[in-house]
Amino acid sequence: MSTAQPAVTPKVTAPPSTVGDRARKAKKALTSPWASTLAIVIAILWTVPTFGLLVTSFRPELDIRRSGWWTVFGDAFAGEGVFSMRNYETALFGSSTNLIDYFVNSFVITLPAVFIPITIALLAAYAFAWIDFKGRDFLFVMVFALQIVPIQITLIPLLSAYVDTGINGTFWPIWLSHSMFALPLAIFLLHNFMKDVPSSLVEAARVDGAGHVQIFFKVMMPLLTPAIAAFGIFQFLWVWNDLLVGLVMGSTSTSPLTVRIAEMAGSRGGDWHVLSAGAFISIIVPLIVFLALQRFFVRGMLAGSVKG
Amino acid sequence: MDWFLNAGDDPVHKFLLMIIAIALFVVVMALILFVVDRRRNPSKWFVAGGFVGPALLLLAAGLLYPAVGTFVNSFQNRNGSAFVGLDNYIRAFSEPAFLLVLGNTALWVLVAPALATFIGLVYAVVVDHSRFEKFAKALVFLPMAISMVGAGIIWKFVYEYKPDQPGIEQTGLLNQLIVWLGGTPVQFLLERPANTFLLMVVLIWIQTGFAMTLLSASIRAIPTDIVEAARLDGLSGFGMFWRITIPSIRPALVVVLTTIAMTTLKAFDIVRTMTAGRYGTSVVANEFYEQSFRQNSAGMGAALAVLLFIIVIPVIIYNVRQMRLAEEVR
Repeated sequence: MSTAQPAVTPKVTAPPSTVGDRARKAKKALTSPWASTLAIVIAILWTVPTFGLLVTSFRPELDIRRSGWWTVFGDAFAGEGVFSMRNYETALFGSSTNLIDYFVNSFVITLPAVFIPITIALLAAYAFAWIDFKGRDFLFVMVFALQIVPIQITLIPLLSAYVDTGINGTFWPIWLSHSMFALPLAIFLLHNFMKDVPSSLVEAARVDGAGHVQIFFKVMMPLLTPAIAAFGIFQFLWVWNDLLVGLVMGSTSTSPLTVRIAEMAGSRGGDWHVLSAGAFISIIVPLIVFLALQRFFVRGMLAGSVKG
Repeated sequence: MDWFLNAGDDPVHKFLLMIIAIALFVVVMALILFVVDRRRNPSKWFVAGGFVGPALLLLAAGLLYPAVGTFVNSFQNRNGSAFVGLDNYIRAFSEPAFLLVLGNTALWVLVAPALATFIGLVYAVVVDHSRFEKFAKALVFLPMAISMVGAGIIWKFVYEYKPDQPGIEQTGLLNQLIVWLGGTPVQFLLERPANTFLLMVVLIWIQTGFAMTLLSASIRAIPTDIVEAARLDGLSGFGMFWRITIPSIRPALVVVLTTIAMTTLKAFDIVRTMTAGRYGTSVVANEFYEQSFRQNSAGMGAALAVLLFIIVIPVIIYNVRQMRLAEEVR
């Protein structure tokens, strides 16, 4: 970007600026042609690739091979364009892809892998925030530090432990692994939210004779709903979109969608009719959740990283 | 017993198992809390143990113990039957194939976070207060919900190549653009070293929304009196951006950069989906998977995992330091 700005604003003639005046000026500065062009270019780069694959997923197999997706607009104009759900049928129920099975797996994996770590983390976060026990600060720092451990470093010993106990190849190792990996960040985030609860509320409950368990359920839980939602979405996206854990811990009957689709990209890289439909089958659920609950997600993200 | 472990291919059985797993968990936790709550005048340790115990147990079993195991493994040979000292590490730093992997990883960590942060910052500034702000932000934010596998496929299709022969049309957007401009199509994913950068584009595409959101929020948080004072001093436009905005959001910039850097280090999904590490595109996280689970070279895989951990440490230290500095200033 150039540092020199063309002087297009007229000389100031008006008396000291009012609020409305200032707003107008701000708008002018930001809608300069350069800024607008830049914004539009970025917006296009960030949407067209997805849009192209989406259009492709509705085109017949032969058309996908023969011409680019952008030609559908010309064809549609000439009344030739054909869209169909055929690719989705093939991807979901075709005997060689059978994504519906993997969809079920993703769902079965995700629900416990979100619910279990959040519950455990909530309890731990409460202890770190409100129970005064010896060694608390040291333990909390340890948990915080564990956030940086790359999960790669744990995989092989974990896997052999699962093999030894005989649960390998089932859903249990996947649920367990996701739950364990989520804990450090979950505890840290939820602890930050819990600390923000006014201590007068906790004291009042204590005076009324409530124990920690009661305070946890009656005082904390209602206040923490937004925080739980925020981390819940985060963990949901993480688990649903995960490839590594699914790849290492999953078996033919438990692998999630991502594993199957990554595999298809390798073995059937030219079959764009099933790949495009498959990609959107895996994208659609997180996209809906994300759009519906974006508010919470953003709040959680800001709390997590800015507060630190 | 096997019924509770293995659901086979039956979807109904899978759902039942899921419900049982959740129910089992709820019962266990309820039991723990019940015991904690019933005890008259419990010691602090007892209560704290009930609350924090399950988490600590899982962390010890799931993170600490395996991490130590991997660390030990990294000094062993491919099937863990003998100690080989530093051999795995020496190999990682001497064999050309591994040096390429390390070099690629360094490139990823240096380039991808910087570009994602830069684009996110510029976009945040540019669309701020514009009429379409919400919509414009949503467009860039949306890829965050897409898995790296999904994003990898989306971009692989953009890079798609068809042989340059009469009668054959390009189906990949990028090659079609080249053809429209009069060039000849390129097999993008095979072109080294450009292919590494083309894979990075996918990560940048996903992470820019994160950078934009955080930076946009911290720009909003700049006190208006600072901005007003600077304006009275005659700053505006780029000068304002460089002298006021950037220094004010420095802590947020560091957080964004380091967070994306850590994601970059650990993420192997993109490389796995788009090239599987071939054509000179592999990174440490991918090579870890390759060595551990494809080549059955456990020792080497472990060494790479440990390396990954070691690379993360300075990033974290820098991050914590910056945070301390910011707090002191406050």
